Amino acid sequence: MQRHHIRGAVITALTILLAACGPTPSTPSTSGAAHFPVTLTGTDGVSVTINKQPKRIVSLSATATEMLFAINAGAQVVAVDDQSNYPANAPMTKLSGFQPNIEAIASYTPDLVVAVDDTSGLVHGLGALSIPVLIETAAKNVDDSYKQIEQLGEATGHTADATSLKKKMAADLASIVASIPKGARQLKVYHELDDTYYSATSATFIGQVYGLLGLKNIADGAKAAAGDYPQLSAEYIVSSSPDVIVLADTKCCHQNLATVAARPGWSSIAAVKTGQVIGVDDDIASRWGPRVVDFLRALAPHVIQLEQQAA
Amino acid sequence: MEARVARVAVLQGLPRLPWLWAAAGAVVLLCAMVLGVLVGPAHIGLGTVLQALVAPSAVDPAQASILWSLRIPRVVLGAVVGAMLATAGAAYQGAFRNPLADPYLLGAAAGANLGATLAIAFAPGSSVIGVNVVPLAGFIGAGAAVAGAYALGRTVTGLRNTTGLILAGVAIAAFFNAIQTYIQQSQTNSVRQIYSWILGRLVTAGWEGVLLVLPYVVLSVVVILLHRRLLDALSIGDEEVTSLGISARRVRLIVVIAATLGTAAVVAIAGTIAFVGIIVPHTVRLLVGRSYRVVIPLSLLFGAAFLVLADTAARMVAAPAELPIGVITAIVGAPFFIVVMRSTRAAAL
Repeated sequence: MQRHHIRGAVITALTILLAACGPTPSTPSTSGAAHFPVTLTGTDGVSVTINKQPKRIVSLSATATEMLFAINAGAQVVAVDDQSNYPANAPMTKLSGFQPNIEAIASYTPDLVVAVDDTSGLVHGLGALSIPVLIETAAKNVDDSYKQIEQLGEATGHTADATSLKKKMAADLASIVASIPKGARQLKVYHELDDTYYSATSATFIGQVYGLLGLKNIADGAKAAAGDYPQLSAEYIVSSSPDVIVLADTKCCHQNLATVAARPGWSSIAAVKTGQVIGVDDDIASRWGPRVVDFLRALAPHVIQLEQQAA
Repeated sequence: MEARVARVAVLQGLPRLPWLWAAAGAVVLLCAMVLGVLVGPAHIGLGTVLQALVAPSAVDPAQASILWSLRIPRVVLGAVVGAMLATAGAAYQGAFRNPLADPYLLGAAAGANLGATLAIAFAPGSSVIGVNVVPLAGFIGAGAAVAGAYALGRTVTGLRNTTGLILAGVAIAAFFNAIQTYIQQSQTNSVRQIYSWILGRLVTAGWEGVLLVLPYVVLSVVVILLHRRLLDALSIGDEEVTSLGISARRVRLIVVIAATLGTAAVVAIAGTIAFVGIIVPHTVRLLVGRSYRVVIPLSLLFGAAFLVLADTAARMVAAPAELPIGVITAIVGAPFFIVVMRSTRAAAL
């Protein structure tokens, strides 16, 4: 235990030293350093105190990375994990958010680490080095996303940016939702995660956004025992005959309308007959960041077309 | 020569296949398959199913296609896979004179998992001569692992005893599993697909899957069935086979190759379904008899029936979601096997 403390102290000292010697990052445009120190409660319920405005942020969450850049905190981010492939100018590294390596993270001398969950003793390990860790778990709905954006605004000194991003997202979503005509019957959607028919129920972020467009998610028919990401029976999908199929497995499994139509028995599905099989970017569909607006914007014309045909 | 005739006579003295049990096995398999065709997450009435079987064109095309393109091929594939795994398990147990042997003993599962993992991680969605690359890689991986174990075992003990071979299989399996785990860890994007493949899937195969495995399974099962008497001889001792003028090593090699070929084919399509290869042959042994003339044909029938029932449960328990079939085979299979073992405790394994 004693040795642990000494090592922690040495690394902290080195961290301060390196941070002091390193180039000073450009001062953030809005809000500024005034409201620090700030204490935030991550979505895991653990509170974390950030003493100074962070200038060396490490993000181990692809969604948090997108949010940080969208609230103009990108200049304060020094490293992001191997899944954070958006935006293109995010400083992607080999760091892993699934199997985080404390030493590798500490080597970036971060003053704030953002992660999806506390795996491999992340919080404890970085805590020993006095590095604050903010956990932003997977959002369940858009309101959760807004909260995370606001929290990241607080954590980085970009509260005004966060508020305006939130307002813009809400306005965009409202206008997309308003553009959908109310049809005679509720359209059904099947969201596909991979080519073994794993899907997402409305208990998940991506599963519930379809509700915003007035669509019924067929994965909700699965029992709770099957979890939030159930593997659906091919029989069930075919007999449900969804009006829209959203393929979030275009990258992983190279699925498209042709491959779906070629599956045995699938040609009788309404979406296959009408060609409403929509390939989306796997990454956007698995995150809960600002790009959910783009996702729904891409989907809306298909829904509008179907609703108009049904009317 | 006289001795040889005497030995053959001894072998012929062993019990023949009890036809009552064979008939029972056939009936159980038939019932399992009928049940499998009748129930599913899509509610299709009994009358409609019967009509679809006789005159598919008279039925709603969507329901007919659910039955003919999804449900029936899945039941058939379940039967083929179950028959193969149980038969291969019995064959391995005979060839190695080891009650714990299963079709994956020499690393077939580890090899298939590694092959499939590589394909899922690095060549997703691609195909070679019209065949999806994942089962192909699984098949090659399984074959490579067993061939590697055989070659390794040969250099160690020259196949004089089977222990060297089994240990080589254990080493190869551990090695392949380590590489597989490493790739799975580093390819976080494809973890779910890899995981779903390993747990076993009859979900997406269709008739294409049935046609792909059938030639290998038929060849493998025929070869094993033809060797059932020699497996009986082998169970007495290598000398028993040698005295017939046949090389025990050659018998073992042929049986292992045949069982591996069939196992590799079904593993490539259905993933690694655990436990069938162990519990089905042992249940037959406990209930009917130990002769391979009994164990192999009955394992084939009961293995097919068991997997069809397990897959029906996998489809229905959490319907309309799927449960991994490997979970069902172990959760139902293990307690059932323990009950059989306890109630027939006089019989030696």
